[in-house]
Amino acid sequence: MANSPSDSATPKGEPWVWFTSLGLIVGLTMVVGLLGLVMVNGFAVFWAPEVPTVKLVDGTTHIGQLAQRRIRPGSPASDPRYERQYQVGLREVNGGSYVWVDEKKISQESIEPAVLGLERMENGPAFVVPVALVDSQGIRIPAGEGKFFPALEAEVRHAGEIREQLNDINRGQIGEVNAEMESLRIAQRRAEDRREPTQAIVERLAKLDARFAELKAAGDKVAAGISATRLEVRDASGRALTLPVASLVRAWEPNRMTFGQRVGLFFGRLREFLLDEPREANTEGGLMPAIFGTLVMTVFMSLLVTPFGVIAAIYLREYAKDGPVLRAVRICVNNLAGVPSIVFGVFGLGFFVYVLGGSLDRIFFADQLKYNNNTPVLGTGGLLWCSLTLALMTLPVVIVATEEALSAVPRGMREASLAAGASKWQTIRDILLPASAPGILTGVILAMARGAGEVAPLMLVGVVKLAPTLPVDGLAPFLHLDRKFMHLGFHIFDLGFQSPDSDAARPMVFATTLLLIVLVVCLNLGAITIRNRLRARFKGASF
Amino acid sequence: MPATMNPTTSRIQVRPATEKEGRKDYISIRDFNFYYGAKKALESISLDVPERRVVAFIGPSGCGKSTLLRNLNRMNDLVDGIRHEGDITINGRSIYDPGLEVISLRRRVGMVFQKSNPFPKSIYENVVYALRVMGVRDRAILDEACETSLRKAALWDEVKDRLQDSALGLSGGQMQRLCIARAIANRPEILLMDEPCSALDPIATGKIEELIHELKEQFTIVIVTHSMQQAARVSDRTAFFYLGKLIEYDTTEKIFMNPSQAQTEAYISGRFG
Repeated sequence: MANSPSDSATPKGEPWVWFTSLGLIVGLTMVVGLLGLVMVNGFAVFWAPEVPTVKLVDGTTHIGQLAQRRIRPGSPASDPRYERQYQVGLREVNGGSYVWVDEKKISQESIEPAVLGLERMENGPAFVVPVALVDSQGIRIPAGEGKFFPALEAEVRHAGEIREQLNDINRGQIGEVNAEMESLRIAQRRAEDRREPTQAIVERLAKLDARFAELKAAGDKVAAGISATRLEVRDASGRALTLPVASLVRAWEPNRMTFGQRVGLFFGRLREFLLDEPREANTEGGLMPAIFGTLVMTVFMSLLVTPFGVIAAIYLREYAKDGPVLRAVRICVNNLAGVPSIVFGVFGLGFFVYVLGGSLDRIFFADQLKYNNNTPVLGTGGLLWCSLTLALMTLPVVIVATEEALSAVPRGMREASLAAGASKWQTIRDILLPASAPGILTGVILAMARGAGEVAPLMLVGVVKLAPTLPVDGLAPFLHLDRKFMHLGFHIFDLGFQSPDSDAARPMVFATTLLLIVLVVCLNLGAITIRNRLRARFKGASF
Repeated sequence: MPATMNPTTSRIQVRPATEKEGRKDYISIRDFNFYYGAKKALESISLDVPERRVVAFIGPSGCGKSTLLRNLNRMNDLVDGIRHEGDITINGRSIYDPGLEVISLRRRVGMVFQKSNPFPKSIYENVVYALRVMGVRDRAILDEACETSLRKAALWDEVKDRLQDSALGLSGGQMQRLCIARAIANRPEILLMDEPCSALDPIATGKIEELIHELKEQFTIVIVTHSMQQAARVSDRTAFFYLGKLIEYDTTEKIFMNPSQAQTEAYISGRFG
């Protein structure tokens, strides 16, 4: 513009700057809006606000946490009437966790300091007015006393510890014994079938039976320690209820807490969300299995797709002769990236699970099929098939990125290597691949981002709502590729559309979405860090 | 202008041009035609490069001098749609002999390119690359070759303390000398240099020219250059190309002092090109 003489004060030359920047602004706003919405809604799940006691003109009372406020459907736009939704909990008494209240019908709203918030093993949360804590000997600690809440907290913590011990015995140790018994029974059936001696197997089984009984007794002993203490409370309408303390997960005093305590509770819940297993049809508790499943599947997928993609790209770029066939293949590869993901899911089910898994079962696990009621091992959905299906889906991304990276290696480097007497393969291995590693990693990052968020194909080839075991554990061979697993993306779908209590599930949908975003970002950051390290090695190249 | 004059360095040992040694036709090019697709790039070239001498190829851009140079180690094989007629022999053996692997040819014919092209590896790994791809694993041999080559390339003193640093941290002139060290590490018989100084400043150019003088003790060198002064300074014989044809080939002194062709004289005196 410096050389265009203009008398006018307003620059004439560049109206398109505004237009194009407008496009960017719209895009950025949408991204920021999306992240903001997910973050606000997601984090709200863990925050404990004050819990008001709401009296209505018809005499009913609700104690509950404000969930949302909206214009009443059908109310005139000129004079909108609002209604509020409260999460009142006590699903078994109230018939639902949430109630809608017409704002005009509220006669009084107050913050009662005595209100107690409870998270329970079953039936969701509860907001109640405490009366007393009664232990098994009948000793009462009335709610008015200062030691009431500390005593309650101690009881709840104790109950949690016992649950953990029981879980360790039942799921962990008994699980191990069960797994071994299972395989021994198959071995026994096979041995009987072939008229081979079963002596050793029977002995080992007897030993395991004894061990099982031992563990069961140990479990019973721990279970005997379950507190018989009861919590006497009153619900909003004044009905007296008795809750066994053993059924409580957490208790808090929403209207007495300091800000610091609220923050503490926030992080406590966040920790549970990240590290614990789900409860209540996945609407409560943690997401550890889903986080773990997503992570393992994504990493495994990347490990599968990278070598395949890189090898294919090397052939396409370095060895294949240019011509119509090569061009057609390249177009096909590019178009593969546009195929709807569910198509890959169907292919994964039809080919990987049924054909490949079925064949492998017949070859390697014939005994298991024969002596275990035809229960398939690999011929059913699992981690391996999920990873393979997604690897296939993301293959074009890696191929295209690798081809670009290879062709971006300066000609001089290639010539220098060949002139030094290197063979083509040596040139590829020693010069081209290291030099194009950052570009290849960019492709892997894109593949990971696409793979980690994919749900539709996984539903067909091995993701489940609730998996009893993780795909990695302490039992040999440690990585169980045949196991079904949980996945954050599917978890979101499951919470949002399959949950019996959609109101209760909605905040969890946002929290899970936030988690999925964070997980994908973390995976990408990891890969980007590696890429930048590699790039730093090539910095200063003056080609 | 005599070919070898650089009194500032004592390291240069000038051999009298009359001294008889080595094959006269160490590299022998006979009736060589070369095509890129339908385009004829070289037309019936015939010339002999004597052993352990420096031959310079000069001529205007597009005259085919680089193409000829890149045929000597069959670097042009990388290009699609090429074709040649005639023959090139090195020490009596055709480089197009089907029994001769192109890899072993390139191990005997090292090449330095116009743009320095070090690998994104350490200085050490750059120098020993040719040995590594030959399968040399012995650390002592590699170390020795690295030092010898870097010394020959007059780079040793500058980099001996940072052999494991990235080669990409060197200056332009150092990088080009590193590329020379890399090209001579596996002791080739012939060194091809494709405008090795075109991207360098006069000081770096001077160092590389000095180097050429020393290297011709051991190597037969073919250098393509756009700088007439450089050709005059470093070469024993000079070939002038124009439009894919060899116009004149003679001792450097004769070409520059008393060319027999009018075109050569016109080019050298700067009247065209």
